[in-house]
Formats: sequence, structure tokens, C-alpha cells
Amino acid sequence: MIELRGLTRHFRVGDQTVRALQDVSLTIPDGDYLALMGPSGSGKSTLLHILGCLDRPTGGMYALDGREVGSLPENELAAVRSRKIGFVFQFFHLVPRLTAAENVELPMVLAGMRPAERRARMTKALAAVGLTDRAAHRPDQLSGGQRQRVAIARATVMGPSILLADEPTGNLDRASGHEIIELLERMNGGGLTLVVVTHDPEVGQRARHILKLVDGRIASDGGSP
Amino acid sequence: MSLGDLMAFAWRALRGHRLRTILTLLGMSIGVGAVVLLTALGEGARGYVTNEFMALGSNLLIVLPGKTETTGNAPILGGTIRPMTLEDCEAIQRRVPRVRRLAPLSVGSARVGYGERRREVTVLGSTPELLPVRHLEIAVGRFLPDVDLDRGAPVAVIGRTLQEELFGGANPLGQPIRIGDWRFRVVGVMAAKGQSLGLNMDDVVIVPVTSSMRLFNQPSLFRILIEVGAHSEIDQARREVLGVLRERHEGEEDVTVLTQDSVLGAFDRILGALTLALAGIAAISLSVAGIGIMNVMLVSVSERTPEVGLLKALGAPPRQILKVFLVEAVMLSAAGGLLGLLIGYLGSSILSRAFPALPAHPPAWAVSAAVIVSLLAGGLFGVLPARRAARLDPVLALAGR
Repeated sequence: MIELRGLTRHFRVGDQTVRALQDVSLTIPDGDYLALMGPSGSGKSTLLHILGCLDRPTGGMYALDGREVGSLPENELAAVRSRKIGFVFQFFHLVPRLTAAENVELPMVLAGMRPAERRARMTKALAAVGLTDRAAHRPDQLSGGQRQRVAIARATVMGPSILLADEPTGNLDRASGHEIIELLERMNGGGLTLVVVTHDPEVGQRARHILKLVDGRIASDGGSP
Repeated sequence: MSLGDLMAFAWRALRGHRLRTILTLLGMSIGVGAVVLLTALGEGARGYVTNEFMALGSNLLIVLPGKTETTGNAPILGGTIRPMTLEDCEAIQRRVPRVRRLAPLSVGSARVGYGERRREVTVLGSTPELLPVRHLEIAVGRFLPDVDLDRGAPVAVIGRTLQEELFGGANPLGQPIRIGDWRFRVVGVMAAKGQSLGLNMDDVVIVPVTSSMRLFNQPSLFRILIEVGAHSEIDQARREVLGVLRERHEGEEDVTVLTQDSVLGAFDRILGALTLALAGIAAISLSVAGIGIMNVMLVSVSERTPEVGLLKALGAPPRQILKVFLVEAVMLSAAGGLLGLLIGYLGSSILSRAFPALPAHPPAWAVSAAVIVSLLAGGLFGVLPARRAARLDPVLALAGR
């Protein structure tokens, strides 16, 4: 479960302070499906980064499964990311010189997992996204939709509890985007908390909840479609 | 992340930029190769000189006119110097029983002619004893005749090259040659010996010492070569020779007696310094190679900034990012070092094959130093880029900034 209380995030740009997030309070129960929407610069990406422990709040509280993580040191944040959080990015962020299989194995390699277990989990994860026959292909030999599916396999292979997707369909055509959203929803159906940042109202409408951000503040919360 | 995983990951990254990797490898391998090859050259020179001196025998004393304060270095002439004469030689022979053989030596340069052919060569004046003292051999005929020291004889022994230049295929024995304005008869030809102590022994003419001193109008001998019975007697013999000459030169010590050890020691010091200087030059190219590695790693980090962001998002702590790039840098430098060793050994084996007299083997200290330094260079010059990567902010890095 994710709990935010009075969360703020300020950036210093030159001698100005940019208030990217102001007084954000929010509870996301396990297995929820939330869409973060809002215009550019509204702070939705910043919120996603904080939820993903890539960034730390300037003030307020962030509790993940009952543990305060907003002020953890870098090494412990990395451990939280490794075990609990999976990322899916707009531009896939696959390592170009590694095959699909090796990209999926990467988080397990970083975590120091044994090769035999790595292989078993990778095979399962690739099968779950329907890319078993593309395991030996490098990203440049895959279509955009296939790349994003490899990225989803990579994001879920460590068995995280939260899946964070930053404009996952933003770089895909409609059909592939639809496939990806369905795949993410299937993961959510399996119990994963899913948070999607999106511009696309069509994608946002599918979520259980929509959180609209304007100028770093929550404009509407819980608006079920 | 295990070391094997780190290396596999680094290997992929290095293979991904083949040309850049090869060029960096080349830089490092030239650095290491230069250290190995240049120190091999220095050691080869030292070995060459040592062999040359050892070929003369280790129980040789060399007496030369003039006095140096310290033995071993070339004498700095100064003060009044009495000539070193044939009488001095006779006195040494008579009064120092430890002297087994003694050969006076006078040296000059003159035009030697036979018929229409002429050649400018070095003229050595000595006695029959020169043959055993300098380990020379006669190919045809005989060496200088055994006559009284003070009696010259118009006979000459010529070197191999000189024989070919003057006589071609004809038999030189008994033939008259001109040395300067004097006429000599050829009585023998030396066996080929080649270069020895900077003098091409194949391109000389050897005449009785009295003849050459008259020929060049020299009052003093150039050297006296003395062979002692055993190496252990050499210091005692040196003192006795000095004693005899001091007595004959009115109590003044105006000659220098060099032993093989002292000359060898001096050369050893000079050539040791030369080796170090060469190693220093090579070390510069090694450090340039290290900077090359740093440059490549910096480029690599800035190119792969989004990848660093990804690794962080996937849960890699800063230390792990540091290791990833450090392992890459060390692998690069280690591979370059090994390649450099190969180049160095190959080069020095070609060198010693092309110049068999030069025993060009790279010394162990230089080889191990080059390898260790190349590894350290990878580590040292890899740290800065790797730390830069480790410190990247994950959000900015993912955005490629």
C-alpha cells in the first residue's frame, strides 16, 4: 500500500524555486489501477518518480507498505526499487547491445541472482508477454510494441508489488498501444498495483481511478469513469 | 552482481564500440610494448658490453698514460705525463712475476696501399703476445715474429677485410704493402673476428710495436695490456705494476691501471642509467595511454547516461554502477597490457634475431612494472568516469541529461 501525506517536491532552478508538487496526499491500496493525468509540467512525472523511489520528496511523508521511504539513503532506495518496483518507460530503455532475454535478465543480474534461476524466471516472463520466440533478438530487431513488451517482462521479472508506467503507449501506434495497455491490465489483474502516467484520455479512462494534477496539486481524486 | 556477470556486461559494452575499443587497446599496448622493448634494448646494450669485456678475459689489466682520481672513468689528462715506454714494459715483465703475458699497444691511422689499391685503416703496433692476450687467431701465415722489443721489423699482419680490399682473391703472403711511406711485407692474415670494443678487428693492420711508434713518431705507448695468471691475483698485480711504474717515473703515479671489473662497472652504471631513461620515456607513453582510457570511459559514460539511469531504476546502487564502469576500464587496460607484452616480446625477439650480438631480453622488473602499471592505469583513470556515472541522478540520467 502506498500512502502520501502532505508531500512536496521543490526544485531549485538558478535562483528560483519550482514547486513541482505541493501538498499531495494520496492512498493507493494494493492491486489498485490508477491513472495520473494532467497537462505537461503538472508534476505527474515527478510524482511517478517519487512513487518509484527514483526521487525523494522535499517535504511530507511517503510510506510504502507501512515503511517510511521518503528519506531513505540512496543505497536503501535502490534496494526498494530492486524488490518492489517495476518501471515501464515511454522510450522502452532497453540496452541496445543485449538480446531480449538478456534485457529481461538484467535486473536479476544486478540483484546477484543465480544463473539457473535467472533463466527460469526470464523464460516465464517472456512467455507471459508472448515473446518466447523473440528471446534471442536484439531491440533493433523488434517492433516498438515488442520492445515495450520486453520492457514489461523486465519490469515484472523480479516479482514487484508496484508497476509504474510513464506514458507506456506514447511512442506506439494505436494497435500496439492497445495491446500494451491490455498487457499491463493483465498484470494488474494478477495483483500488481498499476500506476500509469498518460496524456491519452482513452488510456486514462480505463483505469479504476484517475488522479488529475494541475500545477503540482491534486485537482480531482478518485474520479472513477 | 558477480565478477563474471560484471565482466560479461563490460565485454558486451566494449564489443559494442569495436573501433573505439581497438584504438584504446592500441594506445595501451603501445605504451606497454614500448616499456618492454626499450628496456630490452637497454639491457641488450648492457649485455653486449659485458660480453665484449668478458671475451677479453676477466684477468686483464689495462695500463694507460695519465692519471684519473677515480678508476673506471676515462682518464682526464693533466699535469706532466711521462711517456709510457717499451722499457716500462720490460721492467714490468721482469719485476712482476704475477704477469703471465704482456702486450704493449700503439695505435695510429694510416693509408695502406698495395699496387694501385689504397685503404685508410687503423694500424696497431704490438708484440706476438697480443695474439693470446686479445684472443685473436691467425687464418693464414703467421703472426708477428718474436724479436727483441726494441727492434722493429718490416712485417705486417692484416685483417680479413683489408686482405679482400687490397688483394681480392690473390695470396697476400710475402707481398709488399705500403703503410704511410714505409714498406712492409705481409706475413699473415687474421681470422675474421668482427667488431671488438668499438674497433673492427677485420679492418686493421698489425705491425711490430717499435715500427708503429717510429711510423707515427709516438714517444709513448697507447696502452699496455697485461694478463695475470688468475683473477684472484688481479688486485695484487695492479698494485705491483703501479709500484714499478711509479719507481721508474720518479715516484710519480702518472698512469692509470684499469681492471676489467672497474671498466665494466662504469659501463654497467652508464648503461643502467640508459635503460632507466628509456623506461622513463616509455612510462610517458604508458601514462598517455592511461589518459586515453580515461577519455574513452568519459565518452562512454556520457553516451550511456540513459543506460546508467536505467540500471539505477532497476535497482543498482551507486557502488554497483561504479564497479560496472571500473571493470570495463580495467578490462580495457589489462587487454591492452597483454597485447603490449606480446608486441614487446615479439619486437625484442625480432631485435635479437636481427642483431645476434645484442642479447635483447626485456628485464623481469620492467615487464612486471609495465603490467602492474597498465592495470593500475585502468583502475586509476577509470575511477573518475566511473564515479561520475555512479553519482548521476537517476531521473536526469533516464532523460539523458
